[in-house]
Amino acid sequence: MLRYALKRLLSLVISLTVASLVIFFVIEVAPGDPASFMLGINAQPETLAALRAELGLDLSKGQRYLAWVGGLLSGDFGTSYTYRTPVADIIAQRLWVSLPLALYALALSTLIAFPAGIYAASRRGRAGDIGMMGATQLGVAVPNFWFAMMLVLIFAINLRWFAAGGFVGWDRGFWAGLHALTLPAVALALPQAAILARVMRSSLLDVLGEDFMRTARAKGLSARQALWRHGLRNALIPVLTIIGLQFSFLLAGSIIIEQVFYLPGLGRLVFQSISARDLIVVESVVMLLVFSVIVVNFIVDLAYAAVDPRLRLRT
Amino acid sequence: MSLLEISNLSLSIYETEILHDVSLAIETGEIVAITGESGSGKSMTALATMQLLPKGAHTTGQIMLRGKDLTQLDEAALCKLRGNEVGMVFQEPMTALNPLHTIGRQVAEAIRIHNPALGRVEAETRAAKTLTRVGLPGDQFPLSRFPHELSGGQRQRVVIAMAIARHPRLLIADEPTTALDVTTQAQILDLLKTLAKEDGMGLLMITHDLAVVADMADRIVVMRQGEVVEQGETKHLLTHMTHPYTKMLFEASAHQVSLPEAPSPQPLLNVENVTRDYKLPRKTLFGAPGHFRAVNNVSFDLQRGERLGLVGESGCGKSALTRAILGLEQVQSGTITLNGAPVFTDTKPNLNVRRKMQVVFQDPYGSFNPRHRVDRLITEPFYLLPDPPAGAARAKAIDEALIAIGLSPADAQKYIHEFSGGQRQRIAIARALIIKPELILFDEAVSALDVSVRAQILDLLADLCEAYALSYLFISHDLSVVRTITDRVLVMKSGEIVEDGPTEDVFQSPRHPYTRDLIAAARMLPSVEQEHAHAHPG
Repeated sequence: MLRYALKRLLSLVISLTVASLVIFFVIEVAPGDPASFMLGINAQPETLAALRAELGLDLSKGQRYLAWVGGLLSGDFGTSYTYRTPVADIIAQRLWVSLPLALYALALSTLIAFPAGIYAASRRGRAGDIGMMGATQLGVAVPNFWFAMMLVLIFAINLRWFAAGGFVGWDRGFWAGLHALTLPAVALALPQAAILARVMRSSLLDVLGEDFMRTARAKGLSARQALWRHGLRNALIPVLTIIGLQFSFLLAGSIIIEQVFYLPGLGRLVFQSISARDLIVVESVVMLLVFSVIVVNFIVDLAYAAVDPRLRLRT
Repeated sequence: MSLLEISNLSLSIYETEILHDVSLAIETGEIVAITGESGSGKSMTALATMQLLPKGAHTTGQIMLRGKDLTQLDEAALCKLRGNEVGMVFQEPMTALNPLHTIGRQVAEAIRIHNPALGRVEAETRAAKTLTRVGLPGDQFPLSRFPHELSGGQRQRVVIAMAIARHPRLLIADEPTTALDVTTQAQILDLLKTLAKEDGMGLLMITHDLAVVADMADRIVVMRQGEVVEQGETKHLLTHMTHPYTKMLFEASAHQVSLPEAPSPQPLLNVENVTRDYKLPRKTLFGAPGHFRAVNNVSFDLQRGERLGLVGESGCGKSALTRAILGLEQVQSGTITLNGAPVFTDTKPNLNVRRKMQVVFQDPYGSFNPRHRVDRLITEPFYLLPDPPAGAARAKAIDEALIAIGLSPADAQKYIHEFSGGQRQRIAIARALIIKPELILFDEAVSALDVSVRAQILDLLADLCEAYALSYLFISHDLSVVRTITDRVLVMKSGEIVEDGPTEDVFQSPRHPYTRDLIAAARMLPSVEQEHAHAHPG
C-alpha cells in the first residue's frame, strides 16, 4: 500500500512538472510579448519597458521559468497588473470562497446521490426506481442558472431564509459563512447529484448481477444485507471517479453560479482577469486549478486502493 | 422421510415454462447427480431448492426439506435456512467470491450470519478450522488472503468452506468443476465426496459431465427440457438405461469417430525452438520489466494431412503457441514456417502464409459479428486473397461451404442469432473452409458444446477429413475428444512439450509422469455395454 502511494506521489510530481512547463510556455512564450499584449497597442514605450522589467521579460526563457516555479513554490505568484496587489493574496481571498463552496456542494451532492442511487438500484424497474430516474433526468436537464434563480426567488425573496447574493465572509463565524453559501451550494450540487445518482445506480446494478452476490444469498444473507455488505463497496470505484471529476469542475466551473449569487470566487476572477488581459493572474489560477485536479486525482487513486485490494498490487 | 423430496415441481418464469413436473429425492448421506444438456433445467432445479429464483419465477409443487415445504416459507425463514441447512457451491470460482473481502472474513460471515452471538474472534477460529478442512491450512493460506491471491481450485475450496461451515444437511454443487482443469477437478470432486461422507450430508450434484456422474453419484437423474426423463441407482441405470435420450446422451459422450488414413508424410508446418515471452509489469519504476515465458523452446512438425492434438491445462502456453502459429504475435526466438515460408516477417504477419491458415474458436456465440449475414461472415477470409472471387464464383463458394458443413445455401441470408450453438460452430467451420486452407487450428472448438452436438461436430470433422484431406491442429483440454479426433498428440506443460507421439500410444502407455497424471485424473466413462464390474477402477 505504501509502495503504491509513493508511486502515485511520484507520478503526481511528474504531472505537475509537465503541466507547469506547458502552462508557462503556452501562456508566456507563445503569443509574442505579454507586456505589449497586456498593455494594448497604444502603450507608451516607457510603460512597456517598465512592465517588461517588472515581469522579468528581459531574462532568458529558462531563467524565467525557474523564477516562476521558484516563486510558486515559495508562495510568490507575482503581482497582478490590474489589481496592483500580489496575486497570491487575490487568489487566497477567492479560494476562501470557492474551496468551501466546492466542498459544500460536493458533500451535498454525495449525500443526495448515494441514498438516491442505492434506493433506485434496490427497486430496479419498480415505481421508486422509475420515479427516481425521472427526477435525476430532470436534474441533469435543468440549467443550473435557472434553478439558481428559482432558489433565490423562493428562499431569498419569498421566504427570506437566505440572502439573495453576496458573501459575508468568514469573520462572522463558520455557520454564518456556511449559511451564506447554502443556496449556491444547492444550486451547484443538484445537477451533480443527479449525475452521481445515475452512476451509483448503474454501478450498483452491475454489481448486483455478479456471482458473488448470489454466493452471499446462498450463505443466508438477505437481499438487503447482501447489498450493504457486498454490493456497495464493489460499486464504489466508478462513483469515486465521478466524484473526483466533479470536485475539479466545482472548484472553477461555478462561474455562472458565482455570477448569479454575486460571489467573489475563482471563476469570476478568471473571467475578469481574462477580460482585463491580466496574464499573471490567469497563469497562476490555471496552475492552481491544474494542481488541484492532480491532487484530487491522487486522492482518488488512494481511495481506489483503499477500496480494492487488487489495485494495491498494481504498479 | 427423505432429506430432500421434490415432488411435481413445475416452474415458469413469466410465461415461459422452465421445469415441468420434476420429482426426485435425496436421502441423508446420498450423492445424487442431476445431468442433462444445456436448457434441461438442472441448474434451475438447484436454484429452486435454494429458493433463489430469478424475478418473475412462479413455482407449483413441493420441495420438502426434512418435512418443511420450502416453497411455503417466507423470506426470513429461507435466510435462516440457506447456508445453515442447505449449502451451495457454484460453477465459477473466479467470480463467486467478493474480491474486496479476505477469505477469512467471507467464511466467518457464513458462520456469524446464523449465529450473531458468536464473537468475531471465535467465528474466525471456526473459519480457520473449516478452511483447514477443505485443504487450505492456515500456515499456507492465512485468513487475510484475498481471493485474487488464490488459484481457481483454491477459490473453489473457499466457496466449499463457506457452504459447509455450518454443517448443512444438504449440499448442492452446481457444475462445481466445469471451470477447472482436470487434475484440479479430480481433487475438488474427491473433497466433495469426502466431506459428504464425513458429515453425512446429502449431496446434490448438478453436472453435464457424464464421466463425473458415473464415477461419483449413488443415483442419477437425467433431465431434458425441464423434465426428468429417467432416474435410478447408478449401477443399475448405467447397465439398464431405458429412455432413448439417456442412451443417446451416454453414447454421444463416448462418441468415437473413425478418421480416414492419413496420407504419406510430407512436411507442412514446422515449429522450431520457438520461445514466446510476455512482459510483466515493472516491479520498480525504473527497473527493467520482468518476463513470463509462456512458450519455452518448443519444436514440432505437422505433416500434410495429419490431425495433430495439443493438450494441456490452463496456463500451459497452448493459446500463446496458437497465436504464434497464426502469426498474430511475434515470437522472441525460433522460427515457424508453413511450407517453408515464415508466418511472421519483420514486424507483421506474412499474408502469403496467413491465407493458408484458418482458425475455429471455442465460443460459437462470441466469434461472429451479430450484425452481418452468414454469407458475409463466412466470406471474411476472402479479404486475405489478392483477387477474391466475386459474383457467381463467390455465390458458388458460399453454397459449397454451407453444404459441406450440413446447412443449406438458403441459410446464407440469415443472421447468426437464428442458429443454435452447434449450427454456429458449423458456420465457424465453413468460414475456415471457404478459402481451402492448408492448415486449420481448432482452439477448444467443441468445448462449449453439449455432448450430443459435440458428437455431431466430431462426425462432421471426420467427414471433412475424408472430403478435403484436412490438416489440423486440435487444441483442447478434453482428453477423450483429442483421443478420437487426432492421429498424433502433443502434451504441453509449463510452456514445454513434454510428450509427443501417436495418440493411441500416448493414451495407452504414457511415458511422461505429467501425461500419466492427466490421464489418471480424467474421469473416463465406463463403457455402457460392459458389465459394471469391469468399469474403470477410479
